[in-house]
Amino acid sequence: MSPVLVDIANLSIAFPTQQGLSLAVREVSLTLGVEKLGIVGESGSGKSLTARSILRLLPSNALVTADRMEFAGIDVLRAREAELRAIRGRRAGLILQDPKYALNPVMTAGEQISEAWRAHRKGTRRQARAAALDLLAQVQIRDPERVARSYPHELSGGMGQRVMIAMMLAPDPELLIADEPTSALDATVQAEILRLLEALVSRRGMGLILISHDLPLVAHFCDRVVVMYAGRIVEELGAADLSHARHPYTRGLIDCLPTLTHPKSRLPVMVRDPAWLA
Amino acid sequence: MRGRLRALAGTLASVPITLFGLVLVTFFIGRVMPVDPVLAIVGDRATQDVVEQTRLELGLDRSLPVQFLIYLGKLAHGDLGRSVMTSHTVVADISRFFPATMELATAAILIAVLIGVPLGVLAAVKQGTRIDHTIRVICLAGHSIPIFVLALLTLLVFYATLGIAPGPGRQDVVFEDMVPAVTNLLTVDALIAGDWGAFRDALAHLAQPAGVLAYFSMAYIARMTRAFMLDALSGEFIITARAKGLPAARVIWRHAFGNIAVRLVTVLALTYAGLLEGAVVTETVFSWPGLGQYLTVSLLNADMNAVLGATLVVGVTYLGFNLLADVLYRLLDPRVR
Amino acid sequence: MSAALPGPATLSWRDWLLTDTPASRAQAAWGRRYRLWRDFRANTLATGGLVVAVVLIALTLAAPWLATHDPGVQELANRLQPPSMAHWLGTDELGRDVFSRLLYGGRVTLGMVVAVVLMVAPLGLAIGCVAGYAGGALDRVLMRVTDVFLAFPRLILALAFVAAIKPGVTSAIFAIALTAWPPYARLARAETLTIRGTDFIAATRLTGASATRIVFCHVAPLCLPSLVVRVTLDMSSIILTAASLGFLGMGAQPPSPEWGAMIATARRFILDQWWVPTIPGIAIFVASLSFNLLGDGLRDVLDPKQR
Repeated sequence: MSPVLVDIANLSIAFPTQQGLSLAVREVSLTLGVEKLGIVGESGSGKSLTARSILRLLPSNALVTADRMEFAGIDVLRAREAELRAIRGRRAGLILQDPKYALNPVMTAGEQISEAWRAHRKGTRRQARAAALDLLAQVQIRDPERVARSYPHELSGGMGQRVMIAMMLAPDPELLIADEPTSALDATVQAEILRLLEALVSRRGMGLILISHDLPLVAHFCDRVVVMYAGRIVEELGAADLSHARHPYTRGLIDCLPTLTHPKSRLPVMVRDPAWLA
Repeated sequence: MRGRLRALAGTLASVPITLFGLVLVTFFIGRVMPVDPVLAIVGDRATQDVVEQTRLELGLDRSLPVQFLIYLGKLAHGDLGRSVMTSHTVVADISRFFPATMELATAAILIAVLIGVPLGVLAAVKQGTRIDHTIRVICLAGHSIPIFVLALLTLLVFYATLGIAPGPGRQDVVFEDMVPAVTNLLTVDALIAGDWGAFRDALAHLAQPAGVLAYFSMAYIARMTRAFMLDALSGEFIITARAKGLPAARVIWRHAFGNIAVRLVTVLALTYAGLLEGAVVTETVFSWPGLGQYLTVSLLNADMNAVLGATLVVGVTYLGFNLLADVLYRLLDPRVR
Repeated sequence: MSAALPGPATLSWRDWLLTDTPASRAQAAWGRRYRLWRDFRANTLATGGLVVAVVLIALTLAAPWLATHDPGVQELANRLQPPSMAHWLGTDELGRDVFSRLLYGGRVTLGMVVAVVLMVAPLGLAIGCVAGYAGGALDRVLMRVTDVFLAFPRLILALAFVAAIKPGVTSAIFAIALTAWPPYARLARAETLTIRGTDFIAATRLTGASATRIVFCHVAPLCLPSLVVRVTLDMSSIILTAASLGFLGMGAQPPSPEWGAMIATARRFILDQWWVPTIPGIAIFVASLSFNLLGDGLRDVLDPKQR
């Protein structure tokens, strides 16, 4: 049994609206060791909020309640800002969807990576720069010097996402949360980035939470998959057991995909049962 | 870099056209003037011959386009005509009064930036809280209060009632002509001369009008800073920065503020130009011998050469600052290709 | 109006307005207006601004009935009086009742504002929409002209212009209008450029609508929200410019009770009878602030992207 990194019990996240509270995440419980966990769900299913709540990086108007919300034994909900900073980046990194927006447009890639390194490891500017170049090489960038000098708008999407990964790996965290890391990228680059992520995580012995709306993709890269629907976890299963999925929503997701082995003339449309919301 | 330079060249190319329009507008304002420029110069007891002579000298018998060409020609030689009121050339007058306005405007913008930018950042960071609302009201009040009322009230409170500020004017009579004029900025000249008494006096006189003028600009700067900051703070890269575990101060100043700094510089350049407008009214109330006062006194005396000259100079200065803002933006922001 | 009546008796008018499935276009339109109004109401400051602005306009309209004295009658024996029961806001340097003058002066100031806005907003909208929709040489020429007028600080161009014609209310209105239209043209042009590229305009063009029709029936109405916001925010700066012109002796001329002119004639009493110039100053401040608050609130509701 690997050490428990994340332990969530009965997490609920709500937002105040004009019509009262709107529940975005409902009573979610989750534990994570050093493993690769996929969270799958459609837009608005609460998968991103759940993952971001581990770092307490939610919008300021979010109301969070949980029986237990721990990262490596630290109570995230009650932690002070300084304690949170020791987790963020240092022990758990977050990779966002689109490097075009997620990277600071007026800092060079090198500066942003060195900044992450220096925030958690005491070292000189020169050491940070060397570390940044080394990290860029680790994410398989051929010309680290040039990329380090580039501003984000001068990089392609795939390049930007590599920079993002390098930045989050800089402090050598134990957990990486990747929030739809490839949704904004070209299909050909997607697989490359995911393979790179997977390789780095395995080599460094880190935990990974991979958030996506693409069930087969997640199943391919992860050990375990959690399916969320309307703020709830509706199903949790091993990646190899996808065919044994019991919840109709999960089944629906799998059936919606065209396959070459069993071609259908028409793809089925998901029929949503209001009972799933209960 | 080449694209950047080309865009810059495009901006620069539009300048002469705008400048030409500027001259054209002032020229036409000068021509619709119902006051007879001849009478204004020779007085109404001059003989018919003198009147006719002056008319010819001024080129008023020619057609409008020819007159405009003559006007342009004179302008090219730096000739804005002679002020009836001071009987100096307008150029000489303006070069005497302009530094006072620059000194006032520079002091005002310094105050405005030092207060306005932190207020704007604070309001954005504390968006929706009582602090934000308070700053919002302070700023809206700055936009709403007529500058001359504020100036009068300042004189009433700080000069008349509390007696802690000097009265109107640029310096005390005691210090008049005591410091050799180098830049005509009294504070700078006093520093160059090493005369601390004169410096303190000039600074004290500067404080009130500059403060009044600064309030308006401060309100504008704070408002723009807040709007820009809100925009930047909602960016995804802020979440990235926080996820890196950076301290809040670094997230706010390095990441959010770093993103708006260039846009803010352009706002500052425009605000600085806008101060010229506020200076007109402020100078009148504080008897500040600057371009604004020169303009208003000339207006009241229907001294059209002086009015048009001053208007043109202000227009050109304004245009210059606009251009500066544009150039700075293009050169400093890595995002602009 | 039959569509505006509530349907089944169980529905309150609020439910009818807020329904997700409006039955008619009118219902959808009113529902949208109600939602905007509700958002606006949530902003206390903006609502306050609206109330004050409405009260001010009502007061000036009702000036003949509310004024306690004739604003022009001089009573030299009673000059520079502090506020009292006889003269609620005191008297000025000629013994005229300040309260009554303030009411009548509001007519001059607000009248000038209305006149300027009525001239400038349609003109700016038309120029901007035409320039933006036509593009090409016409656009370049119009925008160059706009740039020239934007290159002068507003007050200074207005001053030069008024001085050239003749100081007074009418020339002040024209002078302010002359300096106030370019920002509207810029705004309308920018909006038009984004609207021009949309699919629904392409669809309208495919149905054979003429350029004139597209500009005035489809593009211009969509520019209105941001224009309204801009006008409201601009009102306060028009008030200030008008007052500044009056203060500098280039706007309304004494004995007109225009607020800026009132301050100009009373400013030499600031040290001894401070309330005489201060009271009109407060009036300008309140009027200007109310429009600023109102405009600020409207912007949040109508034009969130401008924040």
